[in-house]
Amino acid sequence: MSEAATSTMAPPITVRRPRLRPRLIPPLVVLALLPFLPFAITVSDYTLNILMQATTYAMPVLGLAIVLGYTGQINLAQAAFFGLGAYAVALVTVTLGQSFWIGLPIGVALAAGLGFVLGLTTLRLGGHYLAMITISFQQIFDLVLNNWIAVTRGPDGIAGIARPSLFGWVLADARTYLVLCAAVLYAMVAFVWWLPSTRLGRAMRAVRENELAAEVTGVHTLRVKVVAFTISSALAGMGGVLFAAGFAYVSPDNFSFGRSVEFLTMVLLGGVQSPIGAALGTVLLILLPEWLRFLKGIYLAVYGLAVILIMVFMPEGIWGLIQTVWKRLARPAPVEVGRVRPLELDIPVADTSPILHLREVRKHFGGVKAVAGVDIQVSRGTVHALIGPNGSGKTTILNVLNGIYRPTAGGIVLDGEDVTGRSPHERAGRGLGRTFQNIRLFSALSALENVMVGAQRDGNPLPPGNAALRERALSALGFVGLADRAHLVVKNLPYGHQRLVEIARALAGHPKLLLLDEPAAGLNPVEKQSLVELLKRLRSAHGLTIFLIEHDMGLIEQVSDRISVINFGKKIAEGAPAEVLRHPDVIAAYLGTPGHAAA
Amino acid sequence: MLAINLQILFSGLAVGAIYALVSLGFVLIIRATNVVNFAQGDFPMVAAFAMLTLLSSLKLPYLLSFVLSLAVMAVVGVAFNYGVYYPLRNRTYLPVLISTLGAGIFMQNAVLAIFGPQPHPLPKVFRAQGFQVGGVFLDSQYLLILAVTLVAVGFQYFLFEYTLLGKKLQATSQDKDMARLVGIPVAGMITFTFVYSAALGGLAGILVAPILFVSIGMGSTIALKAFSATIIGGFGDVTGAIVGGLLLGVVEAFAAAYVSVPYKDAFAFLLVFVFLLLRPQGIFGEKVSEKA
Repeated sequence: MSEAATSTMAPPITVRRPRLRPRLIPPLVVLALLPFLPFAITVSDYTLNILMQATTYAMPVLGLAIVLGYTGQINLAQAAFFGLGAYAVALVTVTLGQSFWIGLPIGVALAAGLGFVLGLTTLRLGGHYLAMITISFQQIFDLVLNNWIAVTRGPDGIAGIARPSLFGWVLADARTYLVLCAAVLYAMVAFVWWLPSTRLGRAMRAVRENELAAEVTGVHTLRVKVVAFTISSALAGMGGVLFAAGFAYVSPDNFSFGRSVEFLTMVLLGGVQSPIGAALGTVLLILLPEWLRFLKGIYLAVYGLAVILIMVFMPEGIWGLIQTVWKRLARPAPVEVGRVRPLELDIPVADTSPILHLREVRKHFGGVKAVAGVDIQVSRGTVHALIGPNGSGKTTILNVLNGIYRPTAGGIVLDGEDVTGRSPHERAGRGLGRTFQNIRLFSALSALENVMVGAQRDGNPLPPGNAALRERALSALGFVGLADRAHLVVKNLPYGHQRLVEIARALAGHPKLLLLDEPAAGLNPVEKQSLVELLKRLRSAHGLTIFLIEHDMGLIEQVSDRISVINFGKKIAEGAPAEVLRHPDVIAAYLGTPGHAAA
Repeated sequence: MLAINLQILFSGLAVGAIYALVSLGFVLIIRATNVVNFAQGDFPMVAAFAMLTLLSSLKLPYLLSFVLSLAVMAVVGVAFNYGVYYPLRNRTYLPVLISTLGAGIFMQNAVLAIFGPQPHPLPKVFRAQGFQVGGVFLDSQYLLILAVTLVAVGFQYFLFEYTLLGKKLQATSQDKDMARLVGIPVAGMITFTFVYSAALGGLAGILVAPILFVSIGMGSTIALKAFSATIIGGFGDVTGAIVGGLLLGVVEAFAAAYVSVPYKDAFAFLLVFVFLLLRPQGIFGEKVSEKA
């Protein structure tokens, strides 16, 4: 297709996320000029107040786009982080009589710091716990604001917060101050917009889509969640700082649980996955009470109903709706398959020690001994199969190997290092790749992004930067024959292709050892045969060591060098395929003993 | 000194019993649907207002008002199931969670629009204020709360362990697909769970109203405490909900007496933090890890 195919230094393929397109320039110019509009036309103080509210509220809402939209973690205390920033400025300027510019970093740092601590202690629990804990934090914050009167002045709040001056330029005028707020907001929107295409942003989205798979693929999931939470709190704190100086007054009702729910509704209404959605939702929900004024007393009841209706009918928010339509119109540029570099696995040769040693591994669940002392050594460059009847403990062994389960006793040595105490992502960082029996992809991400998450594991020998990751991911996709599907969202791919993407995701990380959990499950005969070819290619052309669980004996006979058989959590046979598969104990395990051989 | 401590213990247990009732409602919904209902605290509030209307405005007899209020809660439960849970049942926990938050806002503000913001007193059931036993004063309403909670817990135990309906409910919460395959009407079981849970919350609201005043916000604090009780007892564990609720009530009562009244509510949350750090599975919960 392309002459560049043969070139070894083919330029990295650019995909989506283009540089500034000419047609984007006019709207950007309009946006940049928008904050100066109040200088040109007469705007009432009331309108200016609404604008100030919208710009400062949008900041915590953008934070929620990161923590909830990108990372999938709930935070029902965003108003508290907003309040931390606001009260910090109030205390620094009014009580201590210091400059706003001292209050600003303190406010942001305070919010970020508390977000970090709260996240670190609770994010490993996730889900409902996180909802509960953040509400608790919000309530405690509320109690402190209302009752620590010596410092916070209680329900009366703190008034007289002065607006700052910048480079000797006083921003006391609401219009000038609004320009500052808008500048900060634009910077935040740009940051949140750019984030998903970074290493961190991809890791966040991987966590949202499938936390277990992300961890096993090498993402330090706890760290990613804590970072997301901290950034989100920092943005909220910044919003609070600007809010306090903007309105010159703070009181506890501005930072209540109700406000947290309001922030949440804003981001959901606008579209949780996008900064534009977040901004849109903020503006709409601030204007909504104005529009719905005729409802009077029942406005909030209608608001409650609206929250339910948004959840039911607009799961992706307004921006999500717009995007669905947009995506139907605009298709991403196809990948030029010819430019994809062939996959290299860089496997060192001439080391004869076993790559993997399961040392007398035991795993008990209560009284059930799922794995009752299994010792297996996997030699480098071999395909080693683990077979056994259903419920014999195969997947448990794989999960222990991976670090998803801690073994009750025994240990795991990977490439000469004892990794028994290591977490799954640390093992991935040492070159342990894995696929799952029930495919675990990051379903809302494209095939390319899925594989890039695999490529960005710690310690992957790649040059720094996104371009190298993308190139590596395309090579891996090319290896499984899916480079031309790189931009498709994986949940829309056929089942067989999803299995291949999962293998590519593992391969992109330069694995020393690849664990495959029933890779042939659900494949049709043609797909199975191409899987056999793929595994053979990996083994003979690349020298990759593969440890697989499989039920398809035909496949196992074709690809494996060595087979271990387990039953009732114990190894009952091991050796070359021909002898093992004819071993009387193995036949008995699968077909039953002659006494009750009805099956 | 002992008498004072016993007095604190007594009132702590009574308040804890309210937490336990609401917490029980939580846990039943968690078990049946894997949804944490953030509007659980509004069930007691709605029931208390229903009771207020029937008893104080319409002057109906206490028992009739009581039964009718629980009937109102049954209707609320059905509406909640079909309006808030059912359309989102196949999505992740987040949309449902937020939808229940919306339902809570709706209930509070609908009641606010009808009854206005001022709190209303609800008469106690018994004319007698209570008894003096040794140095401890046993308030009649507190005694009633403890007695009714005991009966409700006993009834639930009987229902779940000794009736076919209870077995069907348990089957539904353990494995919906399998339950469906053996012919259990799963949707009906879940509706029943919401009705039952709303009624339990309502019961708590009616019992506690004479002590707290009937107000829009009365449920929010109770709900948060009930939540905390759920986490302390063991997420999704029935016994844990009851023990957690009682424990929390007692801890709070002592904290208010010996440490600080305004920060009384903070102790519940601090206790939750401590549990989440040291024993996240709660007192009775088992550690579960995701299966690959």
